[in-house]
Amino acid sequence: MLKTEHVTVRYGEHTVVDDLSFTLQEGQWLMLVGPNGAGKSTLIEAIAQGVPYTGRIQLSGDDIRRIRPAQLAQQLGVLSQRNTVGYAYTVEEVVNLGRYAHTSGIFSRQDKDGQAQVEQALSLTGLTALRHASVLTLSGGELQRVFLAQVFAQNPRLLILDEPANHLDLVYQKHIFSLISDWLRQPGRAVLSVVHDLSLARRYGTHAVLMDQGRCAAQGAIATVLTPEALQQVYGLDVYAWMNEMLGQWKKP
Amino acid sequence: MNKLAERFSWKTYVLFTLALLTAMVLCICMGSVSIPLGDTLTALWNTLWGLEIPAGISRNIILNVRLPRVINVALVGAALSLCGAAMQGLLRNPLADGSTLGVSSGASLGAVIALALGVSMPGTGFGGTMLMAMGFAFLSLLLILSLAYALDRSLSTSSIILIGVIFSMFASSLINLIISFSPEHIKSVTFWTMGSLSGTNYSHAGILALALLLCGGVILRCSRELNAFAIGEDNARHIGVNVRRVKLLILAAVSILIGVSVSIAGTIGFVGLVMPHMARMLTGPNHQRLLPASMFSGAIFLLLADLVSRTLLSPVELPIGVVTSLVGAAAFIAILYRTRKAR
Repeated sequence: MLKTEHVTVRYGEHTVVDDLSFTLQEGQWLMLVGPNGAGKSTLIEAIAQGVPYTGRIQLSGDDIRRIRPAQLAQQLGVLSQRNTVGYAYTVEEVVNLGRYAHTSGIFSRQDKDGQAQVEQALSLTGLTALRHASVLTLSGGELQRVFLAQVFAQNPRLLILDEPANHLDLVYQKHIFSLISDWLRQPGRAVLSVVHDLSLARRYGTHAVLMDQGRCAAQGAIATVLTPEALQQVYGLDVYAWMNEMLGQWKKP
Repeated sequence: MNKLAERFSWKTYVLFTLALLTAMVLCICMGSVSIPLGDTLTALWNTLWGLEIPAGISRNIILNVRLPRVINVALVGAALSLCGAAMQGLLRNPLADGSTLGVSSGASLGAVIALALGVSMPGTGFGGTMLMAMGFAFLSLLLILSLAYALDRSLSTSSIILIGVIFSMFASSLINLIISFSPEHIKSVTFWTMGSLSGTNYSHAGILALALLLCGGVILRCSRELNAFAIGEDNARHIGVNVRRVKLLILAAVSILIGVSVSIAGTIGFVGLVMPHMARMLTGPNHQRLLPASMFSGAIFLLLADLVSRTLLSPVELPIGVVTSLVGAAAFIAILYRTRKAR
């Protein structure tokens, strides 16, 4: 479904993503993992056509640069980690905008499935009761759910999520990840997400790309990538020992 | 959503229309010469249906002086306020207005050069000032967008604001330089840069109406895109908005409308900044409701400001920009105070 070939992103002299290639197939949930500054979010922005890059990115065999923005948004939904709203839009108004790509033509204002998709997205993310609330009054976690609902309303085939668990409490982390997992079960869908929490990556991901200083340190099935040796090399820390130590605190006496 | 915005419906547009018509009739009746309401309504009604206007009614003042002026004032107010609302959404900045881009200053510079050099265009009917203002408005837009593009190929909002502000300061300096070298023109230049709609006629109204129909139509058509921009440029791109194309389209429409407005009425401050805020209190931030409401409120506000400028020290006429700035600044502080206190 998604194929990147030798993707490189540079800001002046600084190379943020360096010659990265990977493939994402239907039904897969690919986790982009790595320490801060590894270039994960920049790679996602390049795929979403937000930053200039060299190399080639293909979506269903087509060069992503050649796909019109509205057509691209029908296939690809992006949840950014920098979501803030300056004006007092209602939750429903923000979620409704997720249908833009399906109704953006001059003569295509009618969106028969739109209202149903919006209702479903509000319901899935637990926002039905807050639909008329101003987004300025919401907590960070609620706002994250609003933008996730917008992406669901967009009804894409490929979900790209930059830190979807940002601002979410444990209950909603579990809820949202289970929701995305259920969403992925439909045929023809795939998910690519940046996740810092390696436990979440291991629990929900099928595949992973481990990034270090813009380069790919390892990639493949999740269990073959998140090995103690690879993580030690990239993070400079015995991640397994640290995780076990943290989990050990919760053992019943 | 606030309570006023929750109650917003088609009935609000009916109220806006009634308020606009009332303000227009009021502005025709009042002035250095007062005209009875009945005479004004009779003259307007009979003209509308092609009937004879009875003797004794000041036909010339109503139809040839005040009516064209009132129409021009309403159109300029609607245009400035619409541009302000569009820019505040597009740039996601509540302090933006039509002049943020610098086109307004560019148009002023063109007009001041025309006034200082005595440029005239024989046979045009509008004189050189208006054509120079329009020409400089377009040149300013081209220059600002070219510079912003050279600085940042993605035409980011921050680059456009930065270049716009710098260009405005540059144009203002040139205006001051020209004024300092041509003292005999200072009064007309100063009066013009503070705005005036005296002497405007039906031809001006025709140009304004055409510009508002075309450019306003483009802006109104982009109301959903403006909602997306107001939420965030990245979000707009993610949901499928062709960010660069739509941004250029809106900026061009705003620039043409501002250029035409400035060339006819001079620089009128605060309408584009304050009126969208007032309209937003009634409609909420959704541009599908906000843009039409801003047009109505801008038109009504400028009509009342023009009435004050004509009648406060009658027969002396104040520059309309002075009135809008005085009233607008006070209103803006009141809005800020009320909004912050409500939080």
